[in-house]
Amino acid sequence: MTFSLLAITLDWALVLEKFLLILVVVSISLGFAMYSTYAERKVAGFLQDRLGPNRFGWFGLLQPVADAIKLFAKEDIIPNKANKVLFVLGPGLAMLAALMTSAVIPWGDTLTIGDRAVSLQIADINIGMLYVFAVVALGVYGVMIGGWSSNNKFSLLAAIRGASQNISYELAMGLSIIALVFVTGSLSLKDIVVSQQTIGWNFFLQPLGFLLFMICAFAECNRTPFDLPEAENELNFGYHQEYSSMKLGFYLFAEYINMFISSVIMSTLYFGGYDILPFVDETKWGLDPNVLTLLGFGALMIKTVFFVFFFMWVRWTIPRFRYDQLMNLGWKKLIPLALINMLITAAVVLYLQNGWPK
Amino acid sequence: MNTFQITFWFLSALAVFSSLMVITRKNPVYSVLFLIITFFAISGHYILMNAQFLAIVNIIVYAGAIMVLFLFVLMLMNLNKESEQQKNKYLLWSSGIAGGMLMIVLIAALDTPDPAIITKPGTGEIGLIKNLGTKLFTDYVVPFEISSILFLSAMVGAVVIGKKGD
Repeated sequence: MTFSLLAITLDWALVLEKFLLILVVVSISLGFAMYSTYAERKVAGFLQDRLGPNRFGWFGLLQPVADAIKLFAKEDIIPNKANKVLFVLGPGLAMLAALMTSAVIPWGDTLTIGDRAVSLQIADINIGMLYVFAVVALGVYGVMIGGWSSNNKFSLLAAIRGASQNISYELAMGLSIIALVFVTGSLSLKDIVVSQQTIGWNFFLQPLGFLLFMICAFAECNRTPFDLPEAENELNFGYHQEYSSMKLGFYLFAEYINMFISSVIMSTLYFGGYDILPFVDETKWGLDPNVLTLLGFGALMIKTVFFVFFFMWVRWTIPRFRYDQLMNLGWKKLIPLALINMLITAAVVLYLQNGWPK
Repeated sequence: MNTFQITFWFLSALAVFSSLMVITRKNPVYSVLFLIITFFAISGHYILMNAQFLAIVNIIVYAGAIMVLFLFVLMLMNLNKESEQQKNKYLLWSSGIAGGMLMIVLIAALDTPDPAIITKPGTGEIGLIKNLGTKLFTDYVVPFEISSILFLSAMVGAVVIGKKGD
C-alpha cells in the first residue's frame, strides 16, 4: 500500500508497523527497567536477610512509582560552573545508547495478523552484531560528557575511569564475539538464533566465550564488581554526583536498561534467544504458529529475567575490584583467553569444514 | 522526493553543517562532539550506498574509539580560553592551502568518471560484509596482510613509547 503525501512516497503500513513495534519494545524495556529497581532491592533484601521495600502497594509493588514521583518532584539543580548544554545532553545520551540496541534484537518469530506477517524484530540487518558492538562503544559518551560537564574533579575522575574501563573490556568482548561468529557464520542476530534452533544453543559450543562475554557485559554495564565509575568510597558518588532530579534518574535508569538489554543479548547469542528448548524441534508440537511465537517470546523473557537476577546476585555477593586488578584482569587475563578461544574455535571450524590438511 | 532523496539531503546537510561547526567552535570539546555527528552522517551515506560494513566500522573505530581518546585528552588537559595558545600565522596559511588543494583533487576526481556511476544508489553489492570479506581474502590478500603488519608495528611502537619511563 503506497500513496504519496506532499510528494513523499512511503510505505505507510510498514512505517506504522515499525513505529508500533518500536513503541512496544521501548515500553517493555522501560517497564522492565522500572521493576528491576524494585527487584534489585528485593534481591538485596533476600540475600542480606531483610525484607526490602514492602510499604507502598501489595508487597511494595508500587515502590518504583513512588521513586519516580520522588525524582520528578525534586528540584532540578544545574551547578553554576557546569557546562549547561552538555550537562543536559549527558543523561540523554546515556539513555539513547541504552535503548538503541533493542532495534536489532529478534524478540520473537513472526506473528501473523490477518494476512500480514509481522516480524518481531525492528530491523534485521546483516551486520546486527556489529551494530550492537557500535552502540556499546557509544555508551561511554553519556558517562564522559556527564562527568566532564559537571566541572567537578570527582565526576571527571569517575568519567575517565568509566571510559577506560569500557574501552578495555570492549576488546575482550569483541574477540569473544568473533569466536561466536565463526561458529554461526553470520553477524545477523536473527540468523544466530535460527542456527541455534537446529544445532543447539551456542553455550554448549562456546562455554568459555560465554563466560568472557558475560564478564565483559558486567564491565560495560558498570555493575559490581566493576562499578568503579561510581565507587562511592573513593569518588563520593561517581560521574553523576552533581546530578539531581530526573537527570539523575535517567543515569540510574540507563544502567538498568543496559542490564536488561545485555541480558537479552546474552540469551540471544548463547542461549537460543526465542528458542524454547535446546535440541527440540518446537514446530512438531502441533501448536498454532502465533502461539508458538508468543511462547518463544516468553522463553526469551524467562532467560532474561534469570540473567538480570544473576546480575543482582553478583552485585550483592562480590566486592568491588581495585583499579589495577580491573586492568590486570581485562588486559592480561581476558584478552589472551579470548584470543586462545578464538584460535581454537577457528582451528576446529576449519577442520570440520575442510578436514585434516594433506 | 522519495525516501532515498530525503535521507540523502538530510545527511548531506547534517554532514556539512557539523563539519563547519567542528572548525568554528572555540571549545575543543564541542569540536569533538560535532566531529562525532559528522561521522554519523558519513556512516548514513555509506548505508545509502549499501556499504553497511564500512558504515558500522566507521562508527566503531572513529566514533567509538578514536574520538573517545580525543575527548580523554581534551578533558584531562582542561583547555580553557585563557590557556589557548596564540596560533602561528604561517601554520594557518599552510593548512588552508593544503586543505584547498585536497578539495581541488577531490573535485577533479569526481569530475572525470561517468556521474551516473557515482550517483547510482543502493545498487552495489560489494559493501556487504560477505562480498567484502571474500574480496579482501582472495583478490587483495597481500595488501590486506601488509596493512595488518603496519598496524602491528604501530602497536609495538606505542608499547615501546609507553615503556620508556620505566
